[in-house]
Amino acid sequence: MVVTDILNRVPENLILKNNVALIDATGVYYRDLNDILRSLDSNGVEKVEICNVYGQRYIGTDLDGHISIDIYGTPGNDLGAFMKGANITVHGNVQDGCGNTMDHGQIVVHGRAGDLVGHSMRGGKIFIRDDAGYRVGIHMKEYLDKRPAIVIGGTAQDFLGEYMAGGVLVVLGLNMKGEIRHNARFVGTGMHGGTMFIRGEVRHLGEEVAVTDLTEEDFKLLKGLVDEFCEYYGLDAEKILESKFNKLIPVSSRPYGNLYAY
Amino acid sequence: MKSYVAPEYIVERDPDRCIRCKVCVNQCSYDTHCYDEEEDCMISKSENCVNCQRCATFCPTQAITIRPNPNQYRSNANWTQEVLTGIKKQAETGGVVLTGMGCDKPNLTYWDRILLNASQVTNPSIDPLREPMELRTYIGSKPDKLDLELDQDNGVVLKTKLSPQLQLETPIMFSAMSYGSISLNVHKSLARAATEAGTFYNTGEGGLEKSLYKYGDHVIVQVASGRFGVHPDYLNAGAAVEIKIGQGAKPGIGGHLPGEKVSEEISKTRMIPLGTDALSPAPQHDIYSIEDLRQLIYALKEATDYTKPVFVKIAAVHNSAAIASGIVRAGADAVVLDGVRGGTGAAPRIIRDNVGIPIEMALAAVDQRLRDEGIRNQASVIAAGGIKSSADVLKAIAFGADACYIATAALVSLGCTVCQKCYTGKCPWGIATTDLWLTKRINPDIGARRLAGLLRGWSLEIMEMMGGMGINAIESVRGNRLLLRGVGLTDKELEILGIRMVGE
Repeated sequence: MVVTDILNRVPENLILKNNVALIDATGVYYRDLNDILRSLDSNGVEKVEICNVYGQRYIGTDLDGHISIDIYGTPGNDLGAFMKGANITVHGNVQDGCGNTMDHGQIVVHGRAGDLVGHSMRGGKIFIRDDAGYRVGIHMKEYLDKRPAIVIGGTAQDFLGEYMAGGVLVVLGLNMKGEIRHNARFVGTGMHGGTMFIRGEVRHLGEEVAVTDLTEEDFKLLKGLVDEFCEYYGLDAEKILESKFNKLIPVSSRPYGNLYAY
Repeated sequence: MKSYVAPEYIVERDPDRCIRCKVCVNQCSYDTHCYDEEEDCMISKSENCVNCQRCATFCPTQAITIRPNPNQYRSNANWTQEVLTGIKKQAETGGVVLTGMGCDKPNLTYWDRILLNASQVTNPSIDPLREPMELRTYIGSKPDKLDLELDQDNGVVLKTKLSPQLQLETPIMFSAMSYGSISLNVHKSLARAATEAGTFYNTGEGGLEKSLYKYGDHVIVQVASGRFGVHPDYLNAGAAVEIKIGQGAKPGIGGHLPGEKVSEEISKTRMIPLGTDALSPAPQHDIYSIEDLRQLIYALKEATDYTKPVFVKIAAVHNSAAIASGIVRAGADAVVLDGVRGGTGAAPRIIRDNVGIPIEMALAAVDQRLRDEGIRNQASVIAAGGIKSSADVLKAIAFGADACYIATAALVSLGCTVCQKCYTGKCPWGIATTDLWLTKRINPDIGARRLAGLLRGWSLEIMEMMGGMGINAIESVRGNRLLLRGVGLTDKELEILGIRMVGE
């Protein structure tokens, strides 16, 4: 293996064994950490475990391979931004911009997420075990076989699915007691594509959103995602799917078609 | 409802000259002309005419004349024809009045009231035809100082690690125009001309069509709020990445490519379904502060492994200087300023003509502010928005710009007549359209030749003007405001522009 400069610079933070790398991120600057990851990725390392992660940004950005990364700690903003294929598991919470403009790959979070989960993502999947912040799935889009999906185990805040143009967004509210009523407002404002499946009710919807029941095909799609979600977190999918789900879709693919005087 | 909006133009046809060849019928995409078989005569529906001059240009016998409609409302300095027509249109549709291209009001231009210097007797002028002239420009962050070292053979070795730079053979680049707002053939023409001239073309926010990846070394890829067609391959395909925060023609508002323009090809490159609206939100939702901007700048640097300069483009607004300072401190390699006269494929007219400030003022203020703060070297400054001649380019550089972006001028070189109807998607010149019947009117081979001709012509003129000033390198013009004098400007205007009055 070609050991690059960076690996020489922080040898004490890195152990390489049988194509598995262990990194101690204590005190490692994000640029150095991501440099190590790029180097490992381009050298064919398939699995990386990073411990003591404290806010390092952009983990997973610019990785071309199908490397799988386990993160212990709290990764910083823009985890997996512009990501193309890596498979990240976070044992902890994630901050803002997780999966920003993500192209392909997967992020599984065993914890909470900040704002802007999956902003403008076009491919791949994001699973958040607990709650997520504001503007989850804003401007997600899809194209042909690229259909991104986000599943939030808890609830999400205002502007969920704002400007949504494609993809699938699922909010389960598993940590909510009694009648499930998500507190988010302006859900789906400006939505013009894609689908949301919400377990329970939503407090306030954007003007551009319609609520309908799930078709058989919808249920199949939802079941696939919930099954996968439950697999990661050891939950009972059947029990979750027994609840009432609402399907949110855009009223029009052209919400702003009649604004102009030609 | 009967429309009270009168036709803007009257199409006149000289019956003695017209040979009824129907070229005008075929050329017009607004159905202005038709042929009446029974009467064997040509009929023109003036109400459809946008005065693009396509039919008049292609009429083999020069039989067509287009004039402003002589039926004008009573003249009034306040309630002009444009104001009255706009109000009537809005009353009838209840919508926002759209327009295309840049602001057409005369009072927002300073270039024409700023004059360049020339050498006389002392500091003799240089003849660029016989002496070397240097227009080469590097765009990118420059270090605060250089560490040099002598090697064994007493050669100088540069120890400082330089930031990535773009090398321009002439300080003029093609500004962002998205694929979708303009056609693929125009993009092809721009890419080829930029490659030939040793400069760069900007993709705009509509992605980069696959066949253009091969011109990547001369492409600046743009990342805007819609993130259309933005993926790792795209980011790495270009030579630089530009974050679009704003646009001079419509500061503070988003973009909106109507579903009609999202054809199969556009949908492929933008990576959105056919026929859906491509909405670019007004803000980038991951940027609400300078700190957030820094985060996106560095996300893009990470995504491109720190090999490409990252530009940040803003519309010139009242506090551009402070914003530009923040942009430089956020780590941008270049700040792009787009003035109020900057063009667009579609914008509300009220915003185009009333929001933002002229590029001359913004450029002068930004350059001065960055100098005052001692950070001018950390980023290049690129001026855009209403650059219509080589003199404007040279004046902008004397104000402190490293290079200029041109777009309207580039389209005019391809045939555009600035009829301001780009938003209809029916451009008869085959430029601002995705209709395949119209787009083939631009032949990329000829288009590239016309664009390269424009760049060559302007470059020669810049060299002539530099030579006249006794200067042989564009670097000596950059930020040299002593080369400029103002005429017909107030003291305050001269103060902000940082130039003296003619005669001083």
